[in-house]
Amino acid sequence: MGDFGKIVAKRKRQDFAFNIIGIVCTLIGIVTLGALLVDLLIDGIGRLDLGFLTSFPSRFADRAGILSSWVGTLLIMIVTAFTAVPLGVAAGVYLEEYARKNWLTNLIEINIANLAGVPSIIYGLMALGLLVYKFRLGQSVLTGGLTLAFLILPIVIVATREALRTIPQGIRESAYALGSTKWQVVRHHLLPYSIGGTMTGIIIALSRAIGETAPLITIGALTFIAFLPPPPISAQPPFLSFEWLWSPFSVLPIQMFNWVSRPDQEFVVNAAAAGLVLIVVTLSLNAIAIIIRYRVRKRIKW
Amino acid sequence: MKERVIESALLLAALSSVAITVGIVGTLIYESASFFAHVPFRDFVTDTLWTPLFASPHFGILPLVGGTLVTTAVALAVALPIGTIVAIYLSEFAPATVREIIKPALELLSAVPTVVYGYFALQFMSPLLQKLIPGLPTFNMLSAGVVMGIMIIPYVSSLSEDAMRAVPMALREGAYAMGANRIITALKVVYPSALSGIVASYILAISRAIGETMIVAIAAGMQPNLTIDPREPAATITAFIVQVSLGDLPHGSIGYQSIFAAGITLFIMTLAFNILGYILRKRFREAY
Repeated sequence: MGDFGKIVAKRKRQDFAFNIIGIVCTLIGIVTLGALLVDLLIDGIGRLDLGFLTSFPSRFADRAGILSSWVGTLLIMIVTAFTAVPLGVAAGVYLEEYARKNWLTNLIEINIANLAGVPSIIYGLMALGLLVYKFRLGQSVLTGGLTLAFLILPIVIVATREALRTIPQGIRESAYALGSTKWQVVRHHLLPYSIGGTMTGIIIALSRAIGETAPLITIGALTFIAFLPPPPISAQPPFLSFEWLWSPFSVLPIQMFNWVSRPDQEFVVNAAAAGLVLIVVTLSLNAIAIIIRYRVRKRIKW
Repeated sequence: MKERVIESALLLAALSSVAITVGIVGTLIYESASFFAHVPFRDFVTDTLWTPLFASPHFGILPLVGGTLVTTAVALAVALPIGTIVAIYLSEFAPATVREIIKPALELLSAVPTVVYGYFALQFMSPLLQKLIPGLPTFNMLSAGVVMGIMIIPYVSSLSEDAMRAVPMALREGAYAMGANRIITALKVVYPSALSGIVASYILAISRAIGETMIVAIAAGMQPNLTIDPREPAATITAFIVQVSLGDLPHGSIGYQSIFAAGITLFIMTLAFNILGYILRKRFREAY
């Protein structure tokens, strides 16, 4: 009986020990995230003011700002969203609702799984060879936006499919029973019901695109831009202009990279401030996505 | 009629993903074909120097592959054990409320832009490690690898945890009935049962680490350097592509083609791991 008691005690000690190890390992990740935020805050918060947001980059660290790069990021994201969202949602709807089980569907599915594993810089090389030189789109906002759209397309497709899959089959069958066509079912039922899950995926995909640096460097985004692309709205007819699509650009992460790789400590402070802006934007987008996911989960009871 | 048109349009959208793959493979092959027209393939895989932009250029990919493998190894040494332990802890030990809070918090780690991690590796991790290892240069593969490892912890922990939680409760109850405690059950019953999903998460982590660019470009140095010592600086394949792209290379020059040759090497490496992951998943597939 004494032996038995000892064995039980030993087993309990093992469990307790692993509990501690597990908590410590989990904390490593959380603490690093915290250290990173605090490090950026200490280095960069002093530099972050209105002037920093409204100035062009400069040779002088204390006059340099991120105006052209945040405008660049915004424009690139517009192109990326307008390309990746319709394409990705349409592809997701096709694969989940229309596709028959055949070799073509199989090919598309394997292909999407594979694309998700391709390093982002490879997309940059593809865009450089194909979009910049073959299609002659140049090193423009359009090229940059399309590159990132290709990059996040698998994420949008997978998110759309997962959102559609949570809708019970009964909804589709009831709609068909009332004489709906397939497209009517998709348009009036499936898309509205799955919007929460799809939006979550889209927001997370866009937040990833905002932080992407390597593919845009590869296609030749500039690190020093002291002008803004032409505005999309003008006073004269036709009021809308798409000139900005052809403009060269820089984006926030590239501006940060440019500053962090300089030996001069003053520029490193600028890098920290730019990083702070970048991380606030991406983490807020992720927070919004988490909130939407939580709300959707709570609201919808099938 | 309208239905047919819509279905075709949706199919076209789905096929666009195939077009992207064709575009990637086609561009890489086309551009590196002109590279290999100048550089013998033998030199590419055996030469130990990579100096494509020098007056007397050498085109040995080995130093870049070496840099990539060393930083990847460091990252995996951090991410695989920690990620696995976190997964076991969250799946088998932590109370549900703790799991609900910790899991999204950890996933934020992979939401941070990599350029910010690069900054962190160079400005925080490197000085920290320099205190522990005297003589460590500012740019080194160790700090880049460690930060990269922490970044990919959630890839490992999240997917592995999903796999472990999918293991039926009855298997655990069987183990408990035999007198096993939680940790023995986790290691001897749950871990092997969830192996297919866990291996998939490991493979994903490897391919992330190989393809990671900005952390190594910022913190590991830009000089090609054939070494297995992670304390030294060395360029990776990805860092080289970034470095060349920052300069102004004329279209069609040998330097321009060299980034595609480096790119196709990278692509083949990650593809090999993706295929390996696919095979392993099939082999270890447990049917409940």
